[in-house]
Amino acid sequence: MELTRRGFLKLTGAVGASSALGLNFKPVNAYAADLSKMNRIKSAKQYTTICAYCSCGCGLICSVDSLTGKIFNIEGDPENPINEGALCAKGAGFFDLTEANKHRLTKVRYRAPYSDRWEEKDWDWAFSRIARLVKDARDKDFVTTNEKGQLVNRTESIAHLGSSNIDNEECWLISQSVRAMGLVYIDHQARV
Amino acid sequence: MTNHYIDLKNSDVILIMGSNAAEHHPLAFKWILRAKENGARIIHVDPRYTRTSARCDYHVPIRSGTDIAFLGGMINYIINNKKYFRDYVDNYTNASFLVSPDFSFKNGLFSGYDAEKRTYNKDTWTFQMDANGIPLKDPSLQDPHCVFQHLKRHYARYTLDKVSSITGVSKENLLKVYEEYSATGAPDKAGTECYALGWTHHTSGSQNIRTMAIIQLLLGNMGIAGGGINALRGEPNVQGSTDHCILYGNLPGYLKMPTASLDTLGRYLDKYTPKSNDPQSANYYQNYPNFFVSWLKSLYGDAATPENGFGYSWLPKMDDGKHYSQLHLFERMYKGGIRGLFAVGTDPAVSSPNSNKTRKALEKLDWLVCSNIFDNETASFWFGPGVNPKQVKTEVFLLPAAATMEKEGSQSNSGRWVQWKYKAATPPGDAISCGDIQIRMMDAIKTLYAKEGGPNAESILNLKWDYKDPQGNMDVLKVARQINGHWEADVEGVEKGGLVPTFGMLKSDGTTSCGNWIMSGSFGADGENKMTRRGKDDPTGLGLYPNWSFAWPVNRRIIYNRASCDINGKPYNPKRKLLEWTGEKWVGDVPDGPWPPMADKEKGKYPFIMKTDGVGSIFGPGMADGPFPEHYEPLEGPLDHNPLSGQLINPAIEIFSDESDQVHNASEKFPYVCTTYSCTEHWCSGALTRWQAWLLEMQPEAYVEIGEALARELDIANGSKVRVSSARGKTTCVAMVTRRFTPFTIEGRTVHQVGMPFNYGWLYPEDGGDSANILTTTVGDANTFCPEYKAFMVNITRL
Amino acid sequence: MKKTEYVKLIDTTKCTACRGCQVACKQWNEMPALRTRNLGSYQNPPDLQWNTWTLIRFQEYANKNGDFKWLFRKDGCMHCTDAACIKVCPSGALYHTEFGTVGINQKLCIGCKACVSACPFDVPRFNQETEKVYKCDLCYDRLKDGQQPACVLSCPTGALTIGTKEAMIETAYQRLDQLDGKGVVYGDKFVGGTHVMYILSEDPAVYDKLPVKPRVPASVILWKNLFKPFTLIGMGAVAGMAALHYLIKGPHEVHENKEGGE
Repeated sequence: MELTRRGFLKLTGAVGASSALGLNFKPVNAYAADLSKMNRIKSAKQYTTICAYCSCGCGLICSVDSLTGKIFNIEGDPENPINEGALCAKGAGFFDLTEANKHRLTKVRYRAPYSDRWEEKDWDWAFSRIARLVKDARDKDFVTTNEKGQLVNRTESIAHLGSSNIDNEECWLISQSVRAMGLVYIDHQARV
Repeated sequence: MTNHYIDLKNSDVILIMGSNAAEHHPLAFKWILRAKENGARIIHVDPRYTRTSARCDYHVPIRSGTDIAFLGGMINYIINNKKYFRDYVDNYTNASFLVSPDFSFKNGLFSGYDAEKRTYNKDTWTFQMDANGIPLKDPSLQDPHCVFQHLKRHYARYTLDKVSSITGVSKENLLKVYEEYSATGAPDKAGTECYALGWTHHTSGSQNIRTMAIIQLLLGNMGIAGGGINALRGEPNVQGSTDHCILYGNLPGYLKMPTASLDTLGRYLDKYTPKSNDPQSANYYQNYPNFFVSWLKSLYGDAATPENGFGYSWLPKMDDGKHYSQLHLFERMYKGGIRGLFAVGTDPAVSSPNSNKTRKALEKLDWLVCSNIFDNETASFWFGPGVNPKQVKTEVFLLPAAATMEKEGSQSNSGRWVQWKYKAATPPGDAISCGDIQIRMMDAIKTLYAKEGGPNAESILNLKWDYKDPQGNMDVLKVARQINGHWEADVEGVEKGGLVPTFGMLKSDGTTSCGNWIMSGSFGADGENKMTRRGKDDPTGLGLYPNWSFAWPVNRRIIYNRASCDINGKPYNPKRKLLEWTGEKWVGDVPDGPWPPMADKEKGKYPFIMKTDGVGSIFGPGMADGPFPEHYEPLEGPLDHNPLSGQLINPAIEIFSDESDQVHNASEKFPYVCTTYSCTEHWCSGALTRWQAWLLEMQPEAYVEIGEALARELDIANGSKVRVSSARGKTTCVAMVTRRFTPFTIEGRTVHQVGMPFNYGWLYPEDGGDSANILTTTVGDANTFCPEYKAFMVNITRL
Repeated sequence: MKKTEYVKLIDTTKCTACRGCQVACKQWNEMPALRTRNLGSYQNPPDLQWNTWTLIRFQEYANKNGDFKWLFRKDGCMHCTDAACIKVCPSGALYHTEFGTVGINQKLCIGCKACVSACPFDVPRFNQETEKVYKCDLCYDRLKDGQQPACVLSCPTGALTIGTKEAMIETAYQRLDQLDGKGVVYGDKFVGGTHVMYILSEDPAVYDKLPVKPRVPASVILWKNLFKPFTLIGMGAVAGMAALHYLIKGPHEVHENKEGGE
């Protein structure tokens, strides 16, 4: 008998009391015998997601500690017909994209002209400043008609790049709004 | 992909060329090995022996940038040895069509070339028409003007000797591949091709793929299970981001971006709505106005009315004949013509070609807005190597974004499967999703325009932008439904606001609104989100999984599937029955249209319904650089001549030539061919993976792979540091001396090739090396402007 | 409570060295990564470490005819039946599970490193910071729940499979037939049979760090028969182990890795 791939996915996650562990880069002292990860998975909430690297579209299961709301394990989704639970090195390491990775950006960073450092800002400040910069650049350089006198309604001095690593709905919002702004220099990783 | 990942298991011969599937699509390779276990032959043609080669039946080394020569030789072989699938070629391709007598090809150039503009006038790349405006045909394929005879003459020049001398592939190896692959021309055999950036990243990238498309049409491999041409694309949602066209030349659903000469909606629709006089051609793009007007309604909402041309005049227009790709964008930025750049989830300071030029260009920006989950070399360019922050004026924003498992939404894989993802956790700190960033930023811009006005303010103020939930966050389902489309009026028994179940129901009168017609049908009329489906039934046994997620278009899993049957609708290969006509309807996969097969002269249609003529294009006049692919040398290569013609490089590529774009062709200073690639453990620029300790532990720093023979010549030891330089720049990395690169014999002399991963950058890890793109050229494909990352010249010195 | 014996089969003829297993192991077992350098090979870390329980070894090889092959071998604990590590372990930290695999309980580990010296496959690794030994336990926790080990689940190509001992030995020989005998089944013929077996495309002698005839060192047998019954746990054992260590292998080189930026 071969031990087959079977899922522990329950789309209705049961609530259980367990502690968060996260990606700990220090040596692990505790051992599974008295800290059964499997039992923690059983009491966790599970969510399916799709891998964020190549375009195979492999399914993954994120196990989330019901108490803390933190992801503590990510592995392949055996139900997904494409990968049937398997993952390559990048997919298998998906957990390292979560907030357990200390390199994750958590604050708006701003670098003023000629400055040699980042400053932390809040969203409201950032959005109003960006909106001002966009409007000033757009209004100053707006091309209503081209050299031949044809109506072109475009903004050549603002450009947009990316992204092929965001969701469809986000892509579409970007595609719509950059056109509304009149951008023509628009590209993303389909080329590079 | 015309097919999809699981379908690879249905193949009899898999040619992996221009791809390193095992390393970059490890789960695609699962299905490739499944085919192998079923007896399929797996062939790898690549400059370097890779993890893919290790698991194939055999590996054939080829010099970078010579794929058309290799495949052109295969076309020659197929024709000379009559390996083509005659029934398929006759009925489903334009092989029998008569080309204009004014069309010609001489010494590397097709008729109509304008040397000054480096473009073709395509007036002679046309078919002869009968009185009804239908292409003239010679079913015997003997007329000297017919496509088949042109094809035969064109590739007769690609002899084994010539091809071997250009590609460096031995004649034995050429014949072995040609023989094995062309055996799939039998009706009950399927051959497929897997390519990736190894084909697109060339000055003749599109034509690499075209050459294979011609082979697949000759062998009857298009539209069948286990066949097709399969782009193993490199990013998780590059299919979706391309479908939604974050691209200068297209609008969502591959609609055309308007140009200045198309000053009215009428003129625009007239240009892009194809006409066919052949009653048997479905010519599906005749529905173009329905898709385009429905898209304008999704853009401008109620403000888009029949009276104002649905807001067409507000849209930006490109200048005719001008391009705005990433290459052009950085060219303009370098010259000071761009004030502000948005860089979302991208790291061009590492990933764009000719990094020194790209990084210099960034310094010319007034402002830069980046959204990422980690810092990268683009956001931090102002303190990069050799940059003094005190001299950089740019105002930089680095916005913290949510990672993929921290947001809900859909993602489209290369096989066009659109799968739904759920939000598992909240993003850390202040991070929010890129969708939320775009919504809130656009809100702020709209507010300013509402207050202050400005040029063409209507376009911004009328933008339909009501995609927030009551808490003020992005309502992803609302966006997804808008992409799918809905009724704008009560019609045909449906209330206004009801979801459109298929793009066949879209209208050009403003009564439907649809954000992207190809995604129409991702929701049912009953509101079911089909992208969330997890059904595992597989009625055909071919792995189509029709109830798992949604595949565009209309849940069709294999495109052009009607071509898997003969003209009476009977499957060519009964063992792998993808589709069959029962006399009343098609059963199997979702067919390419409901019409009967083409033997029914009254109601029947040709299988290639998106092509105006209804058949596959062996002669492809849509290409910028010729209706037949032709071998040209890379912009920078080891040869000072093209062994096939007097035309050294692709005559239709745009040349960028300021001081930062030095090119040294066939130069003693840079004697080695270099190519760039990724590795399994990193992804693209490494902007995500270099920050991950588990992955970095396995591939910690930049390296160059050098064959043993060259390493001996240069006295370079494995694991030592070397400098790699090109006419554009130089970088230091670790030498990996390997038996997996072997020298080529090209035009009688030895040519060495080396290779470098493009996954590294100066920011992190600190001593991990820098981008391989410091070495690459600013040049792109003649059709797509995909940069040439795969063939250029370098020198290597030990340190 | 003897249950079913499981065997993990590593079919090197199907492995693409994607290293999904190497990372999946760390993910499940929450093992950190250490800073490495590129030493001229894809193989990294260069060897098994206390935090790396499974490792893909990359080896460029040409046979007598000059046919080139790139060999990939997943290295890690072989889970012996006749397990030298269990024999020498004075504290009971190493033990046979009900699946026949070799479990390890770090709580009981006294860091004597006897197993490090005794293992014929050079698998257990000592961590100087925690002063404990680490190695693969074939995801005992998952096996108990009927789940595949993390490495097996992650494997895209079917190079890793797991099942009952009888079934997997049968599978292995069937695969050998499929390969027209061009291969070797490794693992069922020594140390009482291992619970990790290989299908190798080449002769075992070709592979780096793979013993052709692994066996429990004679000194371990001696130790087990003479001393182990009397002294197992306690301060004295540590000194005893140190002596044993010299007896078996001489001074052992501890695998040291400086922790990097992480």
